Amino acid sequence: MIKQLRKLPSWLTTTAGLVLFYALVQLIISMGWVTEYVAQILQWAGIMAISSLGLNLVYGFNGQFSLGHIAFFAIGAYTSALVTKDWYVTWSGSRVGALSGVIALDAGLIVSLVVISLLRINTIQKRLKETVSRWLNQFETSVLSSVVTFLLALVAIAAGGAVGWLLVKVLPPTLEAILGLLPTGIAQPVVFALALTLGSVLAAIIGLVVGQPLFKLASDYFGIATLGFAIALYVLLQNSDKVIPTMKGARGMVGIPIWTSWFWVFICAALVIVAMRNLIYSSVGRAIISVREDEIAAKAMGIDVTRYKTVAFTIGSLFAGIAGGLFAHKSPGFLHPSSFDFLKGFDPLIVVVFGGLGSMTGTIAASVGWAFLLEGLRVALPQGFENWRFVIYPVLLLIIMLLRPQGLLGGVEWGFLKPPKVQPRTTGDEGE
Amino acid sequence: MKTYKVISVLALLAIVAGLLTGCPQKPAAKEPIKIAVLGPLSGDVATFGESNRDGALMAIEEWNAKGGVLGRKIEPVIGDTKCDAGEAANVANKVIFEDKVHYIVGAVCSSASIPISEIANPNKVLQISGTSTNPAVTINEDGSNKEYVFRACFLDPFQGEVNASMAYDELGLKTAAVLYDVGNDYVKGLAEYFKQAFEEKGGQVLVFEAYTKDDTDFSALLTKIADSGAECLFLPDYYAKNNLIAAQIKDKGMKIQLLGGDGWDSPELDLPLFEGGYHSNHYSPADPRPVVQNFVKAYTEKYGAEPDALATLGYDAATLLLKSIEAAGVDDPEKVRDAMAKIKVECVSGEIYFDENGDPVKKAAIIKIEGGKKVFYKFVAP
Amino acid sequence: MKDTVIKLLLRIVVWGLVAALTIAVVVVVARLIQRNPVLFFQQVVNGLQLGFVYALIALGYTMIYGVVKLINFAHGDVFMVGSFVSFYAITRYRLHLWPASVYYRTQGITPTPEALAQAPGWTMIIGTVLVILLAMIVCGFLNIIIERVAYKPLRNAPRIAALITAIGVSFFLEYFTALGFVFGPDYYTYVRPMPVISWNIGGVAISNILVVIIVSTIFLLVLLQYIVMRTKMGKAMRASAFDKPTARLMGINVDMVISFTFALGAIFAGAAGVLYAIAYPQIITFVGIRPGLKAFVAAVLGGIGNIPGAFVGSLIMGQAEAMTIGFFSITMPSGEVLAGSTLRDAIVFAILILVFLIRPTGIFGEPEGEKA
Repeated sequence: MIKQLRKLPSWLTTTAGLVLFYALVQLIISMGWVTEYVAQILQWAGIMAISSLGLNLVYGFNGQFSLGHIAFFAIGAYTSALVTKDWYVTWSGSRVGALSGVIALDAGLIVSLVVISLLRINTIQKRLKETVSRWLNQFETSVLSSVVTFLLALVAIAAGGAVGWLLVKVLPPTLEAILGLLPTGIAQPVVFALALTLGSVLAAIIGLVVGQPLFKLASDYFGIATLGFAIALYVLLQNSDKVIPTMKGARGMVGIPIWTSWFWVFICAALVIVAMRNLIYSSVGRAIISVREDEIAAKAMGIDVTRYKTVAFTIGSLFAGIAGGLFAHKSPGFLHPSSFDFLKGFDPLIVVVFGGLGSMTGTIAASVGWAFLLEGLRVALPQGFENWRFVIYPVLLLIIMLLRPQGLLGGVEWGFLKPPKVQPRTTGDEGE
Repeated sequence: MKTYKVISVLALLAIVAGLLTGCPQKPAAKEPIKIAVLGPLSGDVATFGESNRDGALMAIEEWNAKGGVLGRKIEPVIGDTKCDAGEAANVANKVIFEDKVHYIVGAVCSSASIPISEIANPNKVLQISGTSTNPAVTINEDGSNKEYVFRACFLDPFQGEVNASMAYDELGLKTAAVLYDVGNDYVKGLAEYFKQAFEEKGGQVLVFEAYTKDDTDFSALLTKIADSGAECLFLPDYYAKNNLIAAQIKDKGMKIQLLGGDGWDSPELDLPLFEGGYHSNHYSPADPRPVVQNFVKAYTEKYGAEPDALATLGYDAATLLLKSIEAAGVDDPEKVRDAMAKIKVECVSGEIYFDENGDPVKKAAIIKIEGGKKVFYKFVAP
Repeated sequence: MKDTVIKLLLRIVVWGLVAALTIAVVVVVARLIQRNPVLFFQQVVNGLQLGFVYALIALGYTMIYGVVKLINFAHGDVFMVGSFVSFYAITRYRLHLWPASVYYRTQGITPTPEALAQAPGWTMIIGTVLVILLAMIVCGFLNIIIERVAYKPLRNAPRIAALITAIGVSFFLEYFTALGFVFGPDYYTYVRPMPVISWNIGGVAISNILVVIIVSTIFLLVLLQYIVMRTKMGKAMRASAFDKPTARLMGINVDMVISFTFALGAIFAGAAGVLYAIAYPQIITFVGIRPGLKAFVAAVLGGIGNIPGAFVGSLIMGQAEAMTIGFFSITMPSGEVLAGSTLRDAIVFAILILVFLIRPTGIFGEPEGEKA
């Protein structure tokens, strides 16, 4: 039987396996064989896995030490929450629906980026530096090129802003009309999917924009700079009620519809895992890994290091955004800025390192283990010892790091995530 | 590889431990009634959670000494929210679905109470928070009431108004400054309501500045305030932050009238620094009513320190719950909820009954700091 | 001929821009000073106090990073331990009063509490120094133990493992000391080992705390420069920071150097802990997180691994914070105001990122040779 199974095309067995796994867990949950408590932990583990896979891409596979991952998680969370709340409950105090507003924002940013690449600001900067440096010294050159870049960037942002503004005028009635036509049962998942997409796309674009100037920094400095971005965003979130009233700042955003379920977590996780696996084992993935291994050698081989750093960081932010969107719509439907402070940002880092850098299986296993460990400690500790939970947790972490510093599955993959076998050539061609 | 296996086994054990406790148990008739007491027991506001827990536990123990409620012993189930929304949700899930608890006393932070209420309310679990003041705890965004959620503390608008009245009407001060914690919605709310009320009376709030929870250096802000010439400073934060600010006020040699909310109520408040100040509170330890005196005496005996506002409110919240269960006559959250909505109880923090939102209608007491001691000044009714 | 003309034109453009920007900054600052000189200088003084305290912590970070390339996240918590140790020394053992009572005994006076309260100033100074020394010693030992237990085994492991371990140590220190039988979870009002005296100079309030902080920091800074530049151990530190394997080949006991560096960094953190608690008299086991983070950013700003850089970076950070709180605010289109006090963390990081764009390795950082 096994032999015959092996003969089937791999995608079939994989898909069948995935469907079976999903059905099994769904059955366990629906039949109430585990309590809602455990089901919620499972959802949380899945969300953590998605986010950590994003960080693994940026750090484990691309070697860029990012401490700001939580910021994109937050962006995804709040953005998707704004969209669904708008559809679910009217967004009071504004003329524009959140859905169209977010689309407009995403579109505006994309247009700005397109204009920037059309203007080829990077090339202009390089050319300018080359020509001008004939006459001016280092400092003056950098001043001039910075000013020119800044002006051109303003042009691009203006273009993007204009497009966004136009869209805001056009979209609300259109979207409302379309969504209004659908029966609620269908409209709801559509809006949720749309919200998740928009949240993650916005996170990805912001990641693209924020990462650009930072990629030339060395590893530790990159970490600090991204940490700075995360903290700046945290401050913004705390005061967000002054910008967008619904976000309610430090009072916390309530009333987010609770749409995350095992189904959604599973689908998103499956998509993310499949996408990441295919990315890693493609030529783009190999380029990304080569940047981690040795930047100079990669450059020597003709790989555009900055480009691949950008790709990894953007996709990592995208995944974080998806996870954030799922998080926002999870059980209590409540978002508070304190869930996104920099200390919380250590959690995906711990998960990634604990699971093993550069190992997708490791990250997934570690997220599940981590979520259940923390809650397991809560259950296992007798009453009166609650405050030992965060004493035992770091001790365990320390022990694991000391015993196995490369992480549980450092560099090792299992099953479906194993590198695809390279088919040996059967026709001659040995090169005589 | 061996160590790796050991670790995996440990991890698995943790998972199994978590899952095993999922075995449901059928409650027998004489089984104890479980009440969850949730609050931050770790993290930087752990002392608040501990006070809240101690107060609630004292009430539970007093009732158990008299035979429990409805002839059944009361079993407290304690949970740690760490003042974090995610942790609060997890612990709420645990106590509701694993421990099968029907009643919750807690939490302390609104950012924890809100997610708990979102889980408790739809599952018909009665929740009463002693200290969460964010309106969103008991009402939904559209204004509808969360039927199963109550609280034992008065809301920010009332306290803000009381303090504004104190400053403007009583003390005749026309200018004020306010310092508040931007990340704490209780403090922020109180600050905003004070400002609103003070300005409505005709006063001017010259400086309205925020700091963050982790800030320890107030020299820049205090300089600004001194420079503005404001006559009083409203400090709605908890005793810990206020001690720090007051110490720096003294360092700078600043003389300014200090006002505050119920966060000042703690034996840890450094009284000499607040000489001449006033603060609004739920009750006064000098209140001669026996319920107050007995509580203060018993608490001090049991825990070796005088109760602070959080302990008092925890005690009151638990008392309200137990009295409601008694009034309902059955261990049925729906009936208890109905009883609680109608109940009127003489609590340590005054006579309490609930309005249509599950918020209490109660008086505020004004306490003056005089001669290094807390002195009762007067009561203010809503 | 054409070349010179173009050169001249471009030069004018560039320097014109630079001049315009500088003038704008000068004008803004001048207006601020003119409008309210007392407020301005008071904020400068506030910024100085902050900056010097950050400097002490930042020095420890930068030293440790220089030698082992580790961002020691637990450094802020070692600082916390220093605060607590001094707190117990003062409240339980009255350490700060020992010089006074010794002095009284030599004079034949019984050291009653009332008499001690009137003790001459110089005994108080010695008492304070004693307290600081105690904190320094305890923290030094603590860090050596931490290094031996948690970091040494990971010397040859990937760097990120040590980093995660540092995070673990940080959490452990914070939560373990919060347990009832250690320091407890409460906020404690710190008891200062010396009375506060405030002087009013032209309207600006300066306290003896500021003087103590500045004097102590400068003293320790000079001491550090001496150790690093003039002693053999300092040379060994610099050699190990530069190239560990070669240092080993030269006969330097690198393990010893690393332990020494950790101890030295912790000694500074311990001193910082006491001084910070004196200035902002409230401690809790989580007090180290924020100053630790800010000091680290300051160290990076100045160029991590560079000692004078850490000092300069800290001073800049202190001023930036004070100035932001004092004068900066953004008014939103809706009319709401975002005050500087809420934005101070964000502003500080914005400055950091700006500096990074111009100098990717910090102000005094060595330019990274290979990154083109």
